[in-house]
Amino acid sequence: MTMQNDAYNFAYLDEQTKRMIRRAILKGLAIPGYQVPFASREMPMPYGWGTGGVQVSAAVLTPEDTFKVIDQGADDTTNAVSIRTFFERTAGVATTTTTRNATVIQTRHRIPEEPLTEGQILVYQVPIPEPLRFLEPRESETRKMHSLEEYGLMHVKLYEDIARHGHIATSYAYPVKVEGRYVMDPSPIPKFDNPKLGNMAAIQLFGAGREQRIYALPPYTQVVSLDFEDHPFVASKADHPCGMCGAEDSYLDEVIIDDAGGRMFVCSDTDYCEGRQTAGHKGKDAA
Amino acid sequence: MTPLLSVQGITKRYGHHIGCADVSFDLYPGEVMGIVGESGSGKSTLLNCLAGHMTPDAGQVVFDTRADGPRDTVTMSEPARRMLGRTDWAFVHQNARDGLRMGVSAGGNVGERLMAVGARNYGDIRAQATDWLGRVEIDATRVDDRPTTFSGGMQQRLQIARNLVTGPRLVFMDEPTGGLDVSVQARLLDLLRGLVRDMGLSAIIVTHDLAVVRLLADRLMVMKSGHVVEAGLTDQVLDDPQHAYSQLLVSSVLQV
Amino acid sequence: MYVAVKGGERAIENAHAWLAEERRGDTGVAELSVAQIREQLKLAVNRVMAEGSLYDPDLAALAIKQARGDLIEAIFLVRAYRTTLPRFGSSVPVHTGAMSCDRRISATFKDLPGGQVLGPTFDYTHRLLDFKLMADGQVPQAPTREAAPGDVPHVTEFLNQEGLIELAPQDDTPPPDLTREPLEMPADRALRLQALTRADEGFTLGLAYSTQRGYGRNHAFVGELRIGSVPVEMEIPELGFAIEIGEVTLTECETVNQFKGSKTEPPQFTRGYGLVFGQTERKAISMALVDRALRWEELGEDNVGAPAQDAEFVLYHADNIQATGFLEHIKLPHYVDFQSELELVRKLRRAAGADQLQEAAE
Repeated sequence: MTMQNDAYNFAYLDEQTKRMIRRAILKGLAIPGYQVPFASREMPMPYGWGTGGVQVSAAVLTPEDTFKVIDQGADDTTNAVSIRTFFERTAGVATTTTTRNATVIQTRHRIPEEPLTEGQILVYQVPIPEPLRFLEPRESETRKMHSLEEYGLMHVKLYEDIARHGHIATSYAYPVKVEGRYVMDPSPIPKFDNPKLGNMAAIQLFGAGREQRIYALPPYTQVVSLDFEDHPFVASKADHPCGMCGAEDSYLDEVIIDDAGGRMFVCSDTDYCEGRQTAGHKGKDAA
Repeated sequence: MTPLLSVQGITKRYGHHIGCADVSFDLYPGEVMGIVGESGSGKSTLLNCLAGHMTPDAGQVVFDTRADGPRDTVTMSEPARRMLGRTDWAFVHQNARDGLRMGVSAGGNVGERLMAVGARNYGDIRAQATDWLGRVEIDATRVDDRPTTFSGGMQQRLQIARNLVTGPRLVFMDEPTGGLDVSVQARLLDLLRGLVRDMGLSAIIVTHDLAVVRLLADRLMVMKSGHVVEAGLTDQVLDDPQHAYSQLLVSSVLQV
Repeated sequence: MYVAVKGGERAIENAHAWLAEERRGDTGVAELSVAQIREQLKLAVNRVMAEGSLYDPDLAALAIKQARGDLIEAIFLVRAYRTTLPRFGSSVPVHTGAMSCDRRISATFKDLPGGQVLGPTFDYTHRLLDFKLMADGQVPQAPTREAAPGDVPHVTEFLNQEGLIELAPQDDTPPPDLTREPLEMPADRALRLQALTRADEGFTLGLAYSTQRGYGRNHAFVGELRIGSVPVEMEIPELGFAIEIGEVTLTECETVNQFKGSKTEPPQFTRGYGLVFGQTERKAISMALVDRALRWEELGEDNVGAPAQDAEFVLYHADNIQATGFLEHIKLPHYVDFQSELELVRKLRRAAGADQLQEAAE
C-alpha cells in the first residue's frame, strides 16, 4: 500500500462520511446493544478484514490520539500491522503496542487482559453482528425479533446444546443481553472475555462494515451472558499457566512446538505477556 | 358473561374476489367453535384473520385479555398481538412442519414457548417438556429426538404439546387432522377431546371433516363462498340442517 | 525455546515487492499499456466499470493492469477509489430512446421501426481459436453505413399501444442511493435494480439461469436488447437548465414476460429490466430476468420459494466485493476462536467419550 498522505483526508474518510458514522455511533451509545444501520463505505481493504472497525476508528480518531491495533490479542500479526500502518499513513497518529498508553484500541476477537480505563475507546471488528443470524437467516425477521424482544429462539439454541452435549457448546461470539433489553453478539471474542464486557470503564464500539451495522456499549453498561439458572455461564480457558510469563489469569494460545505433538500455552495478549516478563515473571518454558 | 372472543363484521377481499364477508360471532370461555365448508369457502382466511396472521379489510376481533379486558386485536400494536400469540393464543397448523422447528429436538420445540415467556431453568423446562410429551402420548425417551424422525401423527401431537404448554386460553386449529391416516386421526381426535375437556380450553377449529366437529365442537358455523350460511349448536346443525348447502354437506358425509 | 512470531511488517513489505515483480512478469516481454487494455480488453474494462459503479475506462484499465487481470480485484480497486470521490450532484435520467445504437435486436418481432442491428457481437462467430491473433494481424476495415437519424423507439412501447403490457408509469421520486444509505429490506424496485446493475456477473447469470430451468420460471422473451451511447445531462443550478456533460455506453435489456393475470391484474405481458454500463449484454439480460423474478410480490404471483424470488437472498449475496472479502477473511488468523473451539471439543469428548472408551477397553 503506497499512498500519499495529502491525497486523502485525515484518517482516509471524508468529513461528511465521518459525521454520518459518528451519528450512528452516538445513536448506538444511546441505545446500548441496538444495531444501528449505517452506510458503510468501500474501504481500501477487503470486507471481512476489519472495514467496520476501521471506519469506526477513522470516525473517532483525533490527531492527538494514540492508536493500538490487536488481532487475536497480538500487535504483530499481519492484519494488525496492516491496519496500524494504514492509520499511521492516513492519519499520522501516534501508535503504540502498550495497552495503557493507547487512547483508541482497535481489536479483532480479543479484549486486552489489562483492565481498560475511562477515556479509552475499544473498537471491535465484527463479522456478523446479528446474534440470531444462524437461527434465522432473514434480516427482516431478526430485526422484528429484536424490536419485539422475541428472544425465545436464542435460548432454544442453548437448550439444544445442553440436551445434546451436557454443556452450552458456544465457545466464542457468546451472546449477551445488554441492560436487560437487546441481545447482542460481542463479536467472536472467546467467552473467556465476556465478563470484561460488562461494567467496563472504557467506551466499547462495534463496527460491521460488510453488514453495515454499528453498535455500542457506553461505559459501565450491564452486560449479561445468556445462560440457564442451573447451567450458568462459565468463562473458560485452557487449564494451564502461560509458558512464558507464568500468568494464570490470561487467555492462552496453544502452540505446537515440535513434530512429536509437543505443545505449550502462551498468552494470546502479547503486550500483557511481555509486560509481565519485563517485570520479572517467568513461566516454565521461558529461557 | 364476557365473551372470550367477540368477532364483528370480519371481511377480507383479494382484489375482486371475496375471502370472507361480514362474519360475526361470540365465543365464550370453554367453548369450542367449529367452522366447516369446502376448500375455497373462506374458512381458512377467516381463521387467519382471527389469529392475526392476516389483516382483515374490515371488522373487529375483540379478545378478553387478562390484563386489560376486551381489546380489538386487529388494531392492537404488533408487539402486543405477537405477545398474545405466544402466551394466551395457540395456533395448530394443518401441516405439523409449519408449526414445528424441524431442526430442533422435541424437548426444544415444547420448551420454546416457555423460554419465550422467560423460563430460565433448564431442568424445569425439560421436566415440563417431558411431562407434555407424556400428555400427548409421546414416549419420554424421544425428548431429544428431532421431529424429522417422528411419524405424521406424532409430529401433529408434538405440535399440540408445543402449543398448549403455556396454558393458552384460546386455540386456533386449521384442519388439525388433515393429511393423516384415518386410524391416526381417530387417536388424535380422542387426545384433543381429552385435552379440551381437562384444560377447559376454548378453541376455534377449521375443518372440512364433519366427524371432527361432531366430536369436538359445541357450536358450528357453515361457510360457503366467504359467507356464513348457517350457524348453531353442532348437533342441531348436523342432525337438522336448514340451509340447502348444509344439507348437501351433511348428506355427503353420510354417504362416506 | 519458543519465541512468539514477529516481523509481520517486514513480511508484508516483502510480499508487496514480490507481488509487484510478479505483476510485471518477464521483463523481456513489452509492458502492457493502460491504453492497450482499454482498447483491446474492452469487455473486461466494461465489466470493471459496471461492477465498480464508476464509468471511467482509463481507471478501469489501470485497475485491471494493477490487479494482474483479476477482475474482482480490479473492481475492488475501482470501488475503493470511487468512495473517496466528492459528489457534485446527480445527472438527469438518461434517455435510452435517444441512444445511438451499435446493436439493437428484438426476439419478439422480426422487423420493427428502427430496424434490427446485429452490431459487434460474438453471437454468430464460430468458436474456433484464431491462430492468426498469435501474430500481430492487421484487421480489415469493417463496412460502414450511415446511421438512421432520430430516436429509436422501444419495442415495449408497441405492445403498450395495445395495452398488452403492464404500464410503467413515470415516477419522479428520487431513487434511494445504495452507496450512501445502508441496504435495508424490503427494497423497492429502484433499489433492487441499483444493486443488480453492480452485482457480480456470474452470480446474476446463475440466478437468471435458475429461473429458466424452473426455479421461479417467468417465460422471458428478449423484447429488446440495445447497446450504444447516450448523452448524460446535468442540471446546473446557476444556469437553470440541463447541459450535456458527456456520453456513456450502456446496454439495456427489456424482457417481455408471460403473465396469466392475478387477483388484481388482467392477463398481460410484464416487464423485466436490465441496464448496465458498457457493452455487457450477458449481464444486462441476466439482470432483466432476475428483476422480473423479484417482482413476484408486486404482481401478486406465487412465491414458489425459488432463490431468484428471494430479494433478501439475492441482494445480500450479489455484491462480489462483499462476498470475496468475507470469503477470503477466513485466511486471517483465527487462533483465538479456534483455541476456544479446541477446548470445547476436548471437554465434550471427555464428557461424552469417557464412558464409550471405557466400554471399548473392556
